[in-house]
Amino acid sequence: MSHLPVLPVLILLLTAPVCLIINRVNVAWLMTVLASILALVCAWQILGQVLSSGPLTYALDGWEAPFGIEYRIDLLSAWMLFIISLLGSLVALFARQSIAYEIEPSRQVYFYVAYLLCFGALMGVVSSGDIFHIFVMLEISALSSYTLIAMGRNKLALWASFQYLILGTVGATFILIGIGLIYAMTGTLNIADIAERLETVEQSRTVITAFVFMTLGTLLKLALFPLHLWLPNAYTYAPSVASAFLAATATKVALYLFIRFTYTVFGADFLPMSIILVALGITAAVVGSLIAISQTNLKRLFAYSSVAQIGYLVLGLGMANQTGLTSTLIHTFNHALMKGALFLSLGAVVYRLGDSTFKEFFGLGQRMPLTMAAITIACASLLGLPGTAGFISKWYLVSAAIENDWWLLAGVILMSSLATAVYVWRVIDAGYFQPAVNTQRSEAPIVMLAPMLLLAFANIYFGLETSFTLMVVDGITSSLLGGGQ
Amino acid sequence: MSLMLLIPLVLPLVAAGLVVATGRYPNLRDSISVVAGFIVAATVVMIQQDFQPYSFTLAEPLPGISLAFRLDELGLIFMLVAGLLWPVTTLYAIGYMRGHGEAHQTSFFAWFAVAIGCTMAIALSANLFTLFLFYEALTLATWPLVVHARTDEARAGGRTYLSVLLITSIVFFLLAIIGTWFVAGTLEFTKGGVFPVDVNTTTASLLLVLFVFGIGKAAIMPFHRWLPAAMVAPTPVSALLHAVAVVKAGVFTLLKVCVMIFGEDLLSSLEVTELLMYVAAASILIASIIAMRQDNLKRRLAYSTVSQLNYVIMGALIATGPAFVGSALQIAMHAFGKITLFFCAGAILVAAHKSKVSELRGLGRTMPLTMVAFFIASLSIIGIPPTGGTWVKWYLLMGALEADAVIPMVVLMISSLLSVGYLLVIPARAFFSGDAAAGSIEAGPIKEAPWPMLLAICISTAGTVLLFFYAGPFLKLATLGVSP
Amino acid sequence: MPDQLAYWLIIGLMMIGLYIVIAHANLIKKIIGLSIMQISVFMLYIGIAYVEGGAIPIIDANTILYSNPIPHVLILTAIVVGIATVALAMALIIRINEAFGTIEEDELAAGAGEQ
Repeated sequence: MSHLPVLPVLILLLTAPVCLIINRVNVAWLMTVLASILALVCAWQILGQVLSSGPLTYALDGWEAPFGIEYRIDLLSAWMLFIISLLGSLVALFARQSIAYEIEPSRQVYFYVAYLLCFGALMGVVSSGDIFHIFVMLEISALSSYTLIAMGRNKLALWASFQYLILGTVGATFILIGIGLIYAMTGTLNIADIAERLETVEQSRTVITAFVFMTLGTLLKLALFPLHLWLPNAYTYAPSVASAFLAATATKVALYLFIRFTYTVFGADFLPMSIILVALGITAAVVGSLIAISQTNLKRLFAYSSVAQIGYLVLGLGMANQTGLTSTLIHTFNHALMKGALFLSLGAVVYRLGDSTFKEFFGLGQRMPLTMAAITIACASLLGLPGTAGFISKWYLVSAAIENDWWLLAGVILMSSLATAVYVWRVIDAGYFQPAVNTQRSEAPIVMLAPMLLLAFANIYFGLETSFTLMVVDGITSSLLGGGQ
Repeated sequence: MSLMLLIPLVLPLVAAGLVVATGRYPNLRDSISVVAGFIVAATVVMIQQDFQPYSFTLAEPLPGISLAFRLDELGLIFMLVAGLLWPVTTLYAIGYMRGHGEAHQTSFFAWFAVAIGCTMAIALSANLFTLFLFYEALTLATWPLVVHARTDEARAGGRTYLSVLLITSIVFFLLAIIGTWFVAGTLEFTKGGVFPVDVNTTTASLLLVLFVFGIGKAAIMPFHRWLPAAMVAPTPVSALLHAVAVVKAGVFTLLKVCVMIFGEDLLSSLEVTELLMYVAAASILIASIIAMRQDNLKRRLAYSTVSQLNYVIMGALIATGPAFVGSALQIAMHAFGKITLFFCAGAILVAAHKSKVSELRGLGRTMPLTMVAFFIASLSIIGIPPTGGTWVKWYLLMGALEADAVIPMVVLMISSLLSVGYLLVIPARAFFSGDAAAGSIEAGPIKEAPWPMLLAICISTAGTVLLFFYAGPFLKLATLGVSP
Repeated sequence: MPDQLAYWLIIGLMMIGLYIVIAHANLIKKIIGLSIMQISVFMLYIGIAYVEGGAIPIIDANTILYSNPIPHVLILTAIVVGIATVALAMALIIRINEAFGTIEEDELAAGAGEQ
């Protein structure tokens, strides 16, 4: 039996203690990069296999489901594995100098350890077919992300991490309650099994309560408005590399959980969530963008931008049709590309210029032209200009609204892009049309430039050449909507 | 894949790159712009001589929606205008930038070239998606040109420019495109329109409204504010924006939507078409009246442009064959006329340092060539022979007659009179005011603008007159382009 | 009612825990609230596992009825996760105290507002 399904998780989780034992920063970085790339290769292989021959299963330690813990990788899981490992590898490559600059020398190794744990655990969440195993992996990723955030330079990082800890643990506890109630009603922890058994006990109050608890917990982790309060501080004060990684992956995994619970476990028509999701989603999109406009620190600005983008992701789900689901699934990839490029660029700016407020940004086009170019491309994608990946997501989202005859909602979605345009304008105007305080050129080092530019370029590539992404996403929607697994 | 299409599309971008690379050698850099301009102009003329329906597809981002280019007659009109006027404007710009001692010249000429590339792409778009992509790209490529001076005033003007254009395009235009995709199933430009015969009239009307107000570059009121705001840009930019690239892209897009997405039959059957036509007619009159009250020469010309652009919109919405032809012709005729006017305005600024109409009395003494050119170009805008603008009025009137649309005919007459009022007075005062009039220019030796600028002015003025006698090619293209 | 008394107590504890987390400003008290919440969840699981008349879940030839062992196992795991969370939280509190000199939320928020 091929061990491929568990390899990515194993490789990443096992490299962590090895780094800890060796305790030398450069070796730790190298091992992190190698492990990430290996995980990416495995994820690519898995995606290929799932595309050609259907879901992969793997019973841990030989104990068969539904008694043993099973890893079950269908197309949705494979897609998430690919996205997480792609971003994880690129960020890991970028990390060395950024971390050397932002974290004290004695703690730098711990960063890589925590990074590997978080990365591996996130991969575990999306691969697992056992609901409790998902909870454990989720908590591992959460704890390690609290650690990552707390390592930021500013002492407020500690406070941001603590806030996230409180809210995250409350969320996880809710999910745990939900799991307990489901176990009480079905007697199994295996997702496929639960889906079958739930059909007989569907509308009992316990199951509804379980659904509500799990949804609340997941939405907290997803940072959907109004449960988003931990996100801006966490992304702002964390080390730049951590922000890049978390912004691109952590909330996507929460979204994965939500999709899994809604479509696979409970069934899409379980509760009338559609209206709630649409309402919350569009509010998040509008409010997030509006708050972003007035920010002076660019990390915080893009953190609020993430709150808005999460709103779009949820909005797509709320449309309750295939186009909306397509929009959300494509946007998980596109948004990872955008925010990955943006936060990595901010990391480069911090590395060269010390901070990431507008003051450093004036005249950035002259001082760090390539970095500014990457930011411009990523911002164009954020705005959804045609020819970029963001346009594809937006096209599907607005189409989904029109399909439901919700023309007004379609208009509001487009208007929220205008709010995005305002803060994007601020960034670009500052970078290109405001005079620099000091015009000395100090472009980022090539090791940092490469991942950043690659992600920026990907935004354009996947805006024009969408055959791959659409093929995968179409496969996912047909399997999710066509009746469970 | 055809080389002929590639040249006008790709050469401007290549030129932009070369301009940036040779930024340190001004003469080399500027020659690159001029040479590229002439090559593109020659190519476009060659294409016109031997019309073939060239086409090619670059990519397919969404299922059924491709990034594709195709040459058609309307597009060729636009390409001819842009292609012929680019080298002329470049010549003018070289004289202006040097005569005025402007900074950031490399960035200027580079973005200039990029904007022309986007314009060519718009002219060659085979479907609404491709057009939209390059429409947005054009907005962004011209933004650095508008804020060229980098002063607070320039950046504020740039902000207005971007806001109006992006708001209209993102909220209305994009929504209209997605809606069209839903209803019609395709975005390809097709003669006779793409909507099914039994299309829901409410939906079609809604889409038409979204298109008309969404194509902000066509400057229908109240989404015209970006035009006067963009006057903070250097005059060559205003000439480019108001004659060649941005505004023509707007009205061209709207004309294409009316002719090749909606089609004459559907358009004339919708009730809302007439309403929108009245909005355009009102815009013509209101803009003319505002123009008369502007003392700043460039702003006066800007409002004149708003008015002239709405000719195209009104013609497109009258929705009869001759009206469409008139609209298509206006794209060419107005381009040559207006660019001459802006060239003159810039020449006056550089040579005599004047920017207000009230200061131009007696200028005919010191800048006779410029003011004669201004006079001839004004005739074209007003529509008096022997200038190209005459044909526009002719066909628009015929089109209105065919549709029994009295109001547009009246509006056309009145606006011609108004344009006499705000345009002809300028050369009149320049030549025929007495010496003792207050604020007049002192008599002195003839002091025209630098020779590249003068040369450009002469070429464009000649074009305005030639277009009266040799309107044939454009007429043929327009007629072929709008027939189903 | 008596059957469900356990569940009522569990819900009560959960709400008390949640309330403490929200209402108290002192960071350590928040952690205490969090722990109470988690404990209530553990009790929920154990409550599910209870089988009337069941023996401890170790296979024995003479016994037929056992309590459900799975929730017990789940709880063990969850307790460990809980401990790790509390430990991390405590470490953060110590560092916050070193950096800010206070562990009251309102004072910290005020300090953050100035930044």
